Amino acid sequence: MTATGPTPAAVATTEAGDRRPEARLPEARLDKIPLLLVPVLALLALPLTGSASTWVTLTVAGLAMGMMIFMMASGLTLVFGLMDVMNFAHAAFISVGAYVAASVLLRFSGWMQEDNFLLNMAAVIPAVLAAMLVTGILGWFFERVIIMPVYGQHLKQILITMGGLIVAEQLIVVIWGPDMIPLAKPETLRGSYLLGEVAIEKYRVLAVVAGLLVFGAMFVVLNRTRIGLLIRAGVEDGEMVESLGYRIRRLFIAVFVAGAALAGLGGAMWGMYQESVSVAIGGQMMVLIFIVIIIGGLGSVGGCFVGALLVGLLANYVGYLAPKIALGSNILLMVAILLWRPQGLYPVAKK
Amino acid sequence: MSEPLLKLAGVNTHIGHYHILQGVDFAVPRGELTMLLGRNGAGKTTTLRTIMGLWTASAGSVEFDGHDITRWQTPNIARLGIAYVPESMGIFAGLSVQENLTLASRGGPPDESRLDWIFRFFPALKKFWFLPAGLLSGGQKQMLAISRAIVEPRRLLLIDEPTKGLAPSIINNLIEAFTELKKTDTTILLVEQNFHAARSLGDAVAVMDSGRIVHTGRMAELAADEELQKKLLGLSLDLHQ
Repeated sequence: MTATGPTPAAVATTEAGDRRPEARLPEARLDKIPLLLVPVLALLALPLTGSASTWVTLTVAGLAMGMMIFMMASGLTLVFGLMDVMNFAHAAFISVGAYVAASVLLRFSGWMQEDNFLLNMAAVIPAVLAAMLVTGILGWFFERVIIMPVYGQHLKQILITMGGLIVAEQLIVVIWGPDMIPLAKPETLRGSYLLGEVAIEKYRVLAVVAGLLVFGAMFVVLNRTRIGLLIRAGVEDGEMVESLGYRIRRLFIAVFVAGAALAGLGGAMWGMYQESVSVAIGGQMMVLIFIVIIIGGLGSVGGCFVGALLVGLLANYVGYLAPKIALGSNILLMVAILLWRPQGLYPVAKK
Repeated sequence: MSEPLLKLAGVNTHIGHYHILQGVDFAVPRGELTMLLGRNGAGKTTTLRTIMGLWTASAGSVEFDGHDITRWQTPNIARLGIAYVPESMGIFAGLSVQENLTLASRGGPPDESRLDWIFRFFPALKKFWFLPAGLLSGGQKQMLAISRAIVEPRRLLLIDEPTKGLAPSIINNLIEAFTELKKTDTTILLVEQNFHAARSLGDAVAVMDSGRIVHTGRMAELAADEELQKKLLGLSLDLHQ
């Protein structure tokens, strides 16, 4: 038998059943260049910010913002990659998540004002879980009723999900009213940790930790479980996954619900960060979310993570250094990255 | 002669406004390798995709081992033991060789002895076990695509132009693998443009033209009849080598 590359004789020297590649063989390598952009951006900002303490404050703020954007965007990028659906109604999940969390937190406002971390968490955790539960159910409803009839029809998807967003926002006004709802942070997460001259806001630390936990959980699910394997394969070629005997529609629903729940979590976290909730909270974030998933590479969770950190950091650095161009800085970042890598930082090999 | 494993009767398939299959009738005998031949655009790929449920027949029936699968969804068809290797190979480029094969093994992790059997045909897959499939060469990708189809015992393999664009040495490698597969009594329906491969592998043959089957019979008879080859395929098999 003629073999390509290795000869059967060469392979026969490997112990039967041992499928470890030999050291001299090419190995799968993580493309580290996009990952390095995050520390490079941070280091470039260091001399410009003037003082180390300001730089640390801005960097932590940028990382926290990036993590919250990642929570909101990760579901959308997976939904696009897997189902080829661009869901503008994703903004509604963010808003509803924020409102549900606000409703729960207002009921526990006494515990929120206590200077006791456990009591604060006893209010925050149910609020966040409620936000995820409600947005997950809302996501299931959206997928079954609004998205399912328009699979594969992009123009209709845009129109109907925009319509869904408008309806959902108006329902929020009906249920919670048109006024902005003030949302206080938990008492123990107010203020900052002081390390010498450096002030690090406590809530931002929580946001960074929560974002890392979400990313870690997604990484484990996507890379260490069979369902994750199916999702990664489905993002590349759904038709082939079906040809292997898997019912990809069920996977669609699960990913859509999980993506909506994550958006709800991000909305709840963002609402507390902003200390207020309004109907527009989701819509305001959508521009940044779209930039992040385009920068990262549509369908790539790793790319979404790196993209979110870049957007968060840049927004904070530019907001401090040159507030007048803060609004456009992330668009410029997207343009620069797309000129360098037109498919995004970590392009997904789609069929 | 036993009942054929797969039977197509009057199958019509439309893709958009185009009427591609216009009454396809043929049968695939059990335990044999049936070659599906024809010029480009004759409807061979559409036939395989229609059997697999990736395109739905607008008329006619597809029957597999007594089941009318004409309107079945693709995953249910696959679960009957039908594996499909598309012309594009359909490998998951971002997944490793191991992950591609693990995914194809629905019953759990791939059976070790089955894997060793596959590695006898395609040793390169063992060597590049942890490498993303997208980094494999064209021939190795085809080996992976075929291995994925046979990582579990299947009842019917649908394989679309496996030798397309490959070097002669790799084509010989694939022919040897298919020869070994035939010994396991696996039923195979193989679309092929390489008539050297077709002649050496095929037990039965069906020839398509303009969305219809224009000839069915034994491969040996077609290989021996140059006039028939010219009439059906435009050229003799020898000139296609």
